[in-house]
Amino acid sequence: MSGGEDFRVRVVEAENVTPTIRRLRMLRCDGGALPPYAAGAHTVLTLETGGPKLRNAYSLLGSTLSGGAYEIAVLRTEASRGGSAFIHAAVGVGTELTLSTPVNLFPVHHLARRHVLVAGGIGITPIAAMAAELSAMNAPFELHYAVRDEALGAFAGDLALRHGAKLRLYVSRRQERLAVREILQHQPLGTHLYVCGPERMIEAVLGDARAAGWPEDSLHAERFLAPAGGEPFAVRLARSGLMATVGEHQSLLEAIEAAGVDAPYLCRGGACGQCETTVVAADGSLRHHDHFLSDAEKAAGDKIMICVSRLEGRELVLDL
Amino acid sequence: MTIPFRTETFRGDFTFSNSPAAIRRFPFPFDRDAYMYSVNIEQHVPGRVQTTTEFPIDIDEHYVAEMEDRALVLKADPLRCQSLPHMITAEWDLLELLMTSMARHYPDHFTLTCDGDRWHWVNRPLGIDQEFTFGEAATLPLPPMEYVTRQCQGDFCLLDQRDDNLWMDAGIVTTQADWSLDFDLGMNFIEWHGPVPLAHDLGVFDRALKFLMNLQQGRPVRRLNWTMTINPRLDTSPENYHLWGVDKASVTPENVGDKVHLRVELQALWRLPRSNAIVFSIRCYLIKMDELVTQKKWARRFHRVLRDLPPEIAGYKGLSRFRETTIDWLARHDDGAETSPGFGPD
Ligand code: FES
Repeated sequence: MSGGEDFRVRVVEAENVTPTIRRLRMLRCDGGALPPYAAGAHTVLTLETGGPKLRNAYSLLGSTLSGGAYEIAVLRTEASRGGSAFIHAAVGVGTELTLSTPVNLFPVHHLARRHVLVAGGIGITPIAAMAAELSAMNAPFELHYAVRDEALGAFAGDLALRHGAKLRLYVSRRQERLAVREILQHQPLGTHLYVCGPERMIEAVLGDARAAGWPEDSLHAERFLAPAGGEPFAVRLARSGLMATVGEHQSLLEAIEAAGVDAPYLCRGGACGQCETTVVAADGSLRHHDHFLSDAEKAAGDKIMICVSRLEGRELVLDL
Repeated sequence: MTIPFRTETFRGDFTFSNSPAAIRRFPFPFDRDAYMYSVNIEQHVPGRVQTTTEFPIDIDEHYVAEMEDRALVLKADPLRCQSLPHMITAEWDLLELLMTSMARHYPDHFTLTCDGDRWHWVNRPLGIDQEFTFGEAATLPLPPMEYVTRQCQGDFCLLDQRDDNLWMDAGIVTTQADWSLDFDLGMNFIEWHGPVPLAHDLGVFDRALKFLMNLQQGRPVRRLNWTMTINPRLDTSPENYHLWGVDKASVTPENVGDKVHLRVELQALWRLPRSNAIVFSIRCYLIKMDELVTQKKWARRFHRVLRDLPPEIAGYKGLSRFRETTIDWLARHDDGAETSPGFGPD
């Protein structure tokens, strides 16, 4: 159910672009070509950390329209469950990894007349790919990129070289603020907005756009959430009869996979809807963390997105 | 393996027929003695050798003749091939999918050599040798979708995904069972399924749409659909109803075996990598009743399926005018024995 084909890859370049961002370049171990993908696509990396196997989604840098190497940029976060810390500490040139066929949940809208790209921090990875693609297509766009300080704007220099005046950089340490309202005011009809970055920034940008009367169909955001942690609980799979315990730092999906069940997923970040699962019974209360279910569906309590949400209680019974 | 291509027609004198080998590999769509409507979608993974699903793109003995028929249809009606400007990337994606698959699985007939963006395509059955630059439409004699689909069996539609829907924004459709690309072009999934009222109430299309929007690169899916056609006519478009509609009244007890055809569509869906569009391919297979009954199991089973078909479905598929005559004829080939499970012949 999950992912497309998987590929064994070897890391051929690994560099710390900044103290907190590590860039990896990967090629297939068997010498074959990796499939082409368009801007906005992500791949799911399987990380054998020694502890529980982790699968994390990472946006692909650039866009390899003719196939070739895949690149990702990984931010080391304080709240990491081990994936990004592992990449920073233990993945270098020569490391072999497994990655999935790309999935694109954040594509460029092919009928947009103009594109406004907004990125914050590491959210630049899919946005930079879009800028490259739009520029190759000669499509009108502008790129707004907010970073804490210039050192963190690891890609800023490269972007400025490539896109010149189309790039606006906002460095918060210099008190420069991304004023979305102003950016949106002067856009012609048919413009589409794409935003990727920290959760609060995405909400603020989308909020400004809606307040300015932008139609929902013109707004695009990519936000993968990290699975929430919490107290361990038991999960029982009604169809297969399997039982498992969901650990403190583990997601329901990970616990189910560890028990040997191939559950569906695409984004592993609460955005795509692929992992929606029917709740048969819940001894405790559901903690929904996804962006997919509506508030009414969350309140009804008969569905759960197993990649990010969990139970606060004793046992959850799922239709799996 | 070299395929012996047939010289035959799908109009006029209707010389189309299937070799014994083609009959045995026909994608017979019934695995039991009754037909039940279902969406029956499965992964488009390689099937058994010598079947129509052995390879993702199936080329068979009718290839050359079908491509000639397609050229005739397009000459009479260029609107059978249309593409909106934003679909150009999807066109290239489709070209790559078809050329790589055909060259890999039929190396005797097709060769593709890629040196970066410089591609060299050789199609021996049609006598084509073309060098071009991938991504540069001006280096091909025709737009990429039309170029490649004039060289590949089956109809192809390209669906753009945006605004939480799928839009039929490009396609080449010359062998359709009574629907029209020109009519559906630019419509979204819900609109082009408009004329099937009951299914909307059941939420069938909403579910199908959700399923398709999550279709992934590298995991194509397929399903079989069937209907019946009088005479081996590939082009049964609504635009040409005046040409083929009258055929339905021409079936007599004497000519059933030769005139009445089971028409099976192998429909497949792929997610394309660069454009994020979806290809919907519809590959049509025809078999006349005389050929079908050479396989005892199919003769018995198709007789029972047709006999027990609910009248609404027979009406919807447009079989009513010749159904009884065909059932009577097939009854002679049904000895009442049990049929074995599965689709394949015994
Ligand atoms: S996998 Fe995408 S929402 Fe859970």
